[in-house]
Amino acid sequence: MEFAELIKTPRADNVVLHRPFYLAVEGTLCLTGHHLIFSSRRQDNAEELWLLHSNIDSIEKRFMGSLGTVIIKCKDLRIIQLDIPGMEECLNIASSIEALSTLDSVTLMYPFFYRPMFEIVEDGWRCFLPDQEFELLSSVTDEWRLSYINKEFSVCPSYPPVVVVPKCIDDEALRKVAMFRHGSRFPVLSYYHKKNGMVMMRSSQPLTGTNGRRCKEDEKLINATLRPGKRGYIIDTRSLNVAQQARAKGGGFEQEAHYPQWRRIHKCIERFNILQESLIKLVEACNDQSHNMDRWLSKLEASNWLTHIKEILTAACLAAQCIDREGASVLVHGTEGTDSTLQVTSLAQIILDPRCRTICGFESLVVREWLQAGHPFQQRCAQSAYSNSKQKWEAPVFLLFLDCVWQILRQFPCSFEFNEQFLIMLFEHAYASQFGTFLGNNENERSKLKLPTKTMSLWSWVNRSEELSKFQNPLFEANSLVIWPSVAPQSLQLWEGVFLRWNRPSKFLDEAHEEMINIIKYNKELQAKVNALRRQLAEMETDDRVQENL
Amino acid sequence: VENVRLLDRLSSRKAALGTLYLTATHVIFVENGSETRKETWVLHSQISSIEKQATTATGCPLLIRCKNFQVIQLVIPQERDCHDVYISLIRLTRPVKYEELYCFSFNPKLDKEEREQGWKLVDLKEEYNRMGIPNNHWQISDVNRDYGVCDSYPTEVYVPKSATAHIIVGSSKFRSRRRFPALSYYCKDNNASICRSSQPLSGFSARCLEDEQMLQAIRKANPESDFIYVVDTRPKLNAMANRAAGKGYENEDNYSNIKFQFIGIENIHVMRNSLQKMLEVCELKSPSMSDFLWGLENSGWLKHIKAIMDAGIFIAKAVAEEGVSVLVHCSDGWDRTAQVCSVASLLLDPYYRTMKGFMVLIEKDWVSFGHKFNHRYGNLDGDPKEISPVMDQFIECVWQLMQQFPCAFEFNERFLIHIQHHIYSCQFGNFLCNSQKERRELKIQERTYSLWAHLWKNRADYLNPLYRSAHSQTQGTLSPQMAPCNFLYKFWSGMYNRFEKGLHPRQSVTDYLMAVKEETQQLEEELEVLGERLANLQKSQLNDNKVKSKQQDRSRQLGLSMSNNSLANTPQEYSSDLKSFPSRSPSQGDEEDSALILTQDNLKSSDPDLSANSDQESGVEDLSCRSSSAGGCLPSEDSGKDSDEAVFLAV
Repeated sequence: MEFAELIKTPRADNVVLHRPFYLAVEGTLCLTGHHLIFSSRRQDNAEELWLLHSNIDSIEKRFMGSLGTVIIKCKDLRIIQLDIPGMEECLNIASSIEALSTLDSVTLMYPFFYRPMFEIVEDGWRCFLPDQEFELLSSVTDEWRLSYINKEFSVCPSYPPVVVVPKCIDDEALRKVAMFRHGSRFPVLSYYHKKNGMVMMRSSQPLTGTNGRRCKEDEKLINATLRPGKRGYIIDTRSLNVAQQARAKGGGFEQEAHYPQWRRIHKCIERFNILQESLIKLVEACNDQSHNMDRWLSKLEASNWLTHIKEILTAACLAAQCIDREGASVLVHGTEGTDSTLQVTSLAQIILDPRCRTICGFESLVVREWLQAGHPFQQRCAQSAYSNSKQKWEAPVFLLFLDCVWQILRQFPCSFEFNEQFLIMLFEHAYASQFGTFLGNNENERSKLKLPTKTMSLWSWVNRSEELSKFQNPLFEANSLVIWPSVAPQSLQLWEGVFLRWNRPSKFLDEAHEEMINIIKYNKELQAKVNALRRQLAEMETDDRVQENL
Repeated sequence: VENVRLLDRLSSRKAALGTLYLTATHVIFVENGSETRKETWVLHSQISSIEKQATTATGCPLLIRCKNFQVIQLVIPQERDCHDVYISLIRLTRPVKYEELYCFSFNPKLDKEEREQGWKLVDLKEEYNRMGIPNNHWQISDVNRDYGVCDSYPTEVYVPKSATAHIIVGSSKFRSRRRFPALSYYCKDNNASICRSSQPLSGFSARCLEDEQMLQAIRKANPESDFIYVVDTRPKLNAMANRAAGKGYENEDNYSNIKFQFIGIENIHVMRNSLQKMLEVCELKSPSMSDFLWGLENSGWLKHIKAIMDAGIFIAKAVAEEGVSVLVHCSDGWDRTAQVCSVASLLLDPYYRTMKGFMVLIEKDWVSFGHKFNHRYGNLDGDPKEISPVMDQFIECVWQLMQQFPCAFEFNERFLIHIQHHIYSCQFGNFLCNSQKERRELKIQERTYSLWAHLWKNRADYLNPLYRSAHSQTQGTLSPQMAPCNFLYKFWSGMYNRFEKGLHPRQSVTDYLMAVKEETQQLEEELEVLGERLANLQKSQLNDNKVKSKQQDRSRQLGLSMSNNSLANTPQEYSSDLKSFPSRSPSQGDEEDSALILTQDNLKSSDPDLSANSDQESGVEDLSCRSSSAGGCLPSEDSGKDSDEAVFLAV
């Protein structure tokens, strides 16, 4: 298919762009296969706006005489308005945008056409391979092994080819366990806590069904992670009620009788459309500036977004607490083990593992616990807060995770190597990107799409010093401790950097950030100068002494 | 009383056993246990309510709520003891004479001269001079010497030059409590001013020629402008109801060239109830997000804060952008009027955003113009209906502005919190009584100390590291978003959940930056020293003389002292410093080490605000925890755990 077929009017002049907090600008609008480009060539202030079609969440058109207005709502929550003279042009442009922003085929997406203009220092596709991660693990324990059982994605389609399992469990047993777990997602290692050797595993729900089916291998597998005489915790991310209902559909939960060494705790983390609706309501509240204080607070409350944040964080803290404080191993699962499960396991690691609070460590966490673990990004991030279509697979699961990370970052502003911008950048790229990293729903699909050869990895771009410098937290001081965030309502805040990003003036906050950077930069410069002088002095003094001795 | 248990609000499992002491000024709880004799001190004047709850098997619970938002839960084993404590506290927390208040016994060990110097730190005459007054249009009037015209006004009042004593006195008779229009702020650049008064006694039709002349005089003092705004900060309904009582508001028809404007801020009773409701939300044991947000909305607190801000913004805009003078009043002109005038001044004039300027502002708009501190903050036993968080709201407005303009203020959040504390503490004389007249009669300046001197002495602790006098945010007028950006107003947990450390960010950006800046300063000094020595050395090398050995000695010493300094900035050391941040009270600055073995003496001399509460505990906990857990597990881990554990499991 040629994109040109979809572009009936490639260019319109005298278009006026409106954005909140900016003066209206007049300029030229161009449509290309993947971008909407607006450029104003005014002499005092030439500027260009490039918008990926895939970033467009919804589009509305209005007419006032022959002047058409197109309102574009983006997945990154920005809203822009374009006034386009000429009814026909406007209609053409609107329908082109609509068509181009809802392309069906993945292979028509921009990442397959994007050619990087930067030099690749390190190929992001080869950065976080399971073998490398496992090497780190095997230096501290030999109780685990890599299993290549899923090499062809034949055992579990949503798992990566290589997984980490207890050494004493062979592939044959794994195959049986896979039959017993929803979507074949058998328990695999998620995190090893070096401090006390306790582990966190994740899986999907067991298929016990109404008649309480059991699987000896499954029991053996998870028991293999327990120390003699010790108990473990199973954190089920569903309420007991929901878990019980799941039995009717063949799912279920681990029964005490068959797992006597495990204590089950139910947490209630919402899924799918409930989360999506929450996001829609929240963004609606943030964009509606007409109401008074009371309505703002009640709308914020009614969106339930912060309630979800609190629930997810609480479950993650609980998992971390079991591991670090109770000295127990933990198994986390919900239904499929691809959403709330990953929120809990990845946040727990941020709390427990200082490495996950570094830039590289966090990238590795996203790769391990989200991409390789089979979070269906393509389904979940197909639409954002402005979509009208009611598809059932969208859910801001990853955004909630990022928001939780931000909450912890806010409470421990000196313990993270990255800053808020880094999290916002990941949010943007999960929803629309020139990179292939977040395409597809799992490793299986990614390998079929041949992403590593046909597209560029986000990490190749981020991990260059030019980009990294934007994402570094100037306050960072390595903190090797476990960090326990507060989950009280008073401690949780709306993530303004994302939700109010386009409708609050940020000048004063940006200035403050700059000031902060300058203070720290100046300090570092002085330190360097002082050290240099000291060295120089020391050298001169030894020279002196040498001379003296002569 | 012995064997008393101090309960932790967040986790019932964590209770401390200790001894309760009542002194003439404080309630003191000393924890048992030889190593960690943690002390909690509470000033009687901070206690807002004491509640005796039903006796349980473990003893008799006593709940003490403080005006600085601390809540203390004690369990006393014997019912009789509890009753005695309760009765004594009731009496002790409700003094009837000013002489019973702490400031008359508080002695920071300063000599007379230092005390006098302290009171001179803030000088209002100097402040009006700074604004450029007296000048062609404004003069100081002695019409109120001996408080003959208005007993709640200061003796020195600034009025338009064309307003004669006759006009002033005439106008005063037409205003509630004779609070006639007087100058609060004058803008040198465009002659626009902010004046304040109480409501006119207009009833349904009364008018007063002198009052009309007075307003005319205010307008004339700003020759560029042909009208003034009269801002009534009450809701219109309230103002209209006042007319029936012979009070009310200005009739535009009677006054030439005024534009009348209502800006609805609710009265002190509504505000008191609102705070009460919000505190109930803060006290909820483990609220869900909905409980909290719903309760916050229901309290209306942030709505009221926004109303005050909006009024301040309106006035600041009129003065700065339109160049129009404004007369502000409410009913008596000592609550809402004070809030609004000071918010507007703060927006208009960068001087008030400095530490010194902020003290001046409070002294000007609150203390001198007769804000009724004693009644509003219940220093003496009085009518509970007079109590209202008027100043608390102003302080919160400043905090909200600090959130929007992080570089604009010279001081930090701690400064605000400490001022709030001392409005209630009665430790210093500044905020005693209801008017200047009463304070003079009591000879406050001779018998008590000034808070401003105390804060000024410890100013290093109150600095905002992001403040730079050359920064654009520190220049000119601040213009906050006038649009209804409700989301800009946030709940201030640093104030209202001040004593629940577990809820706050565990690392403070402010403190981190302050440490960095301190180190920077040391580095600058060292750089200079090193530079000098290098130059000397180069010279001496040329001359080849023998001073070297001496210099080397000195250099070694210097090197050593520097390495100590830089050690103070290594991460571990730093994070423990962070942990104990709240206990870094200004007065403890140089006695950090001794903080653990605080004796009563140095507690009293130090700021009771901080030494008086569980802040001490963090420092203590740190050490005990570090020694017990033989490395590996550092303080912040544990403290985090204890409070949160309960939370995670409870949910």
